[in-house]
Amino acid sequence: MTTQSESLNSQLSTPLSEFLQQLLNGLSLGAIYALIALGYTMVYGVLRFINFAHSDVFMVGAFIGYYAGKLVPENTIWGGLVVLALSMLGCAVLGMTIERLAYRPLRGAATLNVLITAIGVSLLLEYSGQVFFGAAPRTFPAIFPVKNFSVGGLVISTNQLSVIVVAALLMVALQFIVHRTKIGTAMRAVSLNPKAAQLVGINIDVVISFTFGLGSALAAAGGILYALNYPSIDPLMGVMPGLKAFVAAVLGGIGNIPGAALGGLILGTVETFVNGSQWSTYKDAIAFAILIIIMLFRPAGLLGKFTVEKV
Amino acid sequence: MKRLVLILLLGVTARAVEPIKFGEIESMTGKEAAFGQSAHKGIVMAVEEINAKGGILGRPVVIVLQDNQSRAGESATIAKKLVSRDKVAVVLSGAISSNCNEAGPICQNAKVPFIATTATDASVTEAGSYIFRNCFVDEFQGAVMAKFARENLKLRRVALLTSASAIASVSLSKIYRKSFTALGGEIPVEQKYSEGDKDFRAQLTAIKASGADGLFVPAYYTEAALVCRQARDLGLNFPIYGTDGWEAPELIEIGGKAVEGTYYSTHYTSENTSPEVAEFVKKFRAHFSGEIPDSMAPLAYDAALIAAAAITRAGTTDGPKVRAEIAATRDFPGITGRTTIDAHRNASKDAVIVTVRGGQIKYVTTVAP
Repeated sequence: MTTQSESLNSQLSTPLSEFLQQLLNGLSLGAIYALIALGYTMVYGVLRFINFAHSDVFMVGAFIGYYAGKLVPENTIWGGLVVLALSMLGCAVLGMTIERLAYRPLRGAATLNVLITAIGVSLLLEYSGQVFFGAAPRTFPAIFPVKNFSVGGLVISTNQLSVIVVAALLMVALQFIVHRTKIGTAMRAVSLNPKAAQLVGINIDVVISFTFGLGSALAAAGGILYALNYPSIDPLMGVMPGLKAFVAAVLGGIGNIPGAALGGLILGTVETFVNGSQWSTYKDAIAFAILIIIMLFRPAGLLGKFTVEKV
Repeated sequence: MKRLVLILLLGVTARAVEPIKFGEIESMTGKEAAFGQSAHKGIVMAVEEINAKGGILGRPVVIVLQDNQSRAGESATIAKKLVSRDKVAVVLSGAISSNCNEAGPICQNAKVPFIATTATDASVTEAGSYIFRNCFVDEFQGAVMAKFARENLKLRRVALLTSASAIASVSLSKIYRKSFTALGGEIPVEQKYSEGDKDFRAQLTAIKASGADGLFVPAYYTEAALVCRQARDLGLNFPIYGTDGWEAPELIEIGGKAVEGTYYSTHYTSENTSPEVAEFVKKFRAHFSGEIPDSMAPLAYDAALIAAAAITRAGTTDGPKVRAEIAATRDFPGITGRTTIDAHRNASKDAVIVTVRGGQIKYVTTVAP
């Protein structure tokens, strides 16, 4: 044990391997931000409003994983995938229910009304979470098998890898759904012009419902991956990651799917590098300062253009 | 006529047995819930024992418990409510130092004695003459862990991981640095995080690159457990150790295998074989379905009894008189040793160092001040 740690320590003394390690840490954190950011950006693309309850759907996703994780054997890949699927399904239903009950009655009302409702739903989820799940942090089970291996001084944990792989797969799947399927085409049509979409026979309710379901399922996946890496979950766990993901979505250009992914990765990486430096206390300040600077030069975000198709 | 007499009698007896209120500020929920849950059990036990013996000055004691949800800002609001609306005789709190620093000055202004049962930061009792503590201070705790690391663990280069937003963590790191370098050790790097953070990989990677042979983490248990897990994930197998903020069942629950072989300093251990402790553990287990008390419970238990004894000696619940009696506490026999309140309103107590072995807390050594 000791000799191993010594050899690892000596290997890591090079600045390059430290840099690569931090990059890996940053990418795995950024991938989670990206998954949550996708939900914000999709809803914005279709409905032009920020669904603040999204970060709490992320929390519910982690809790569904917590309870479902007790039903399957720990440390197995199929068990982990079952938990992931259950949680994504549960949150998709939750997202669609929220849309049906809270947002649909307000469709056509002023944007501010919907925004306030979204904050209300967010608080409702957080504090009912405290009632049902309890306010004390819970320990998230190790649903996937965990292994660490080192490559040339770099220590890679399977948890970090699975975050990046799952996030990448989900983003590819999302790109496919949006650009290659009928419902995706309908989503893009609604995003461009809801009235015209309705005139050509698209059922807006179904499309919006689907958008919420899809976004919430991604949030649930984010919640599970987050909890795997930081296995202490509580009903307010969504607040900070949610805020960061929102920033990531704006950074990349809200309404733009690749932009959300890019924004998440940038934010996660910057945060990690600042955290590993002597200015770690200012990590949030620096992350938000970058947002302000990018907004000054590119008001629509990195990949956002005012004319681009939005979903 | 008969009825009138009865009402009068009832009125008289009702006034005669008006209870004495002990205000209690705890983190019953949220991030530091384990502290509050445990401390509250200690106070409940103390108050039940006081009441079984006929209360204080012939009056029963009731606890007015308030939860600060482990959130900054809540303790001040609660303290105001306790002193102005509930008119409590004393306020007890097992909350962390940052929270006690919110509540203390409010009790000071209202002339209601405040006893912090586990807050170890020096600033807590410096806030005023009505604020006491029933545990050692960080000046002592930080030095104890520096000496232990240098002499018992034979460490030479120790990295620090400090919570920039918890006052006790900041001063513990400062004291540790001073003591450890005085003993010939080196601090190659100090990394910081904020309360509520869950990702420490960036800081740990920097620590790994610094070539440290040990890590001191003056954190609270949720963060401590996550730090240990992520450190082991990154292949850091050197000794990790911390302070009394680590003490909670959640440390092992969240930390799992990663906290095996870690050390921390605390106030008391249930493994102590003295008859008082054995008796306390037995009573506690009988009362709370077999649970073994950690150090938060006996400290809070002792603090409640110290407050009760002071009110008995003062013969009143009048704030200034009770304050004077708490300040005069000498050699009070408790579960956590004999308590003497010094001129700075602090108690001087032994520190105990424990380790995690096989998912259990095991006693290592005791250090006297």
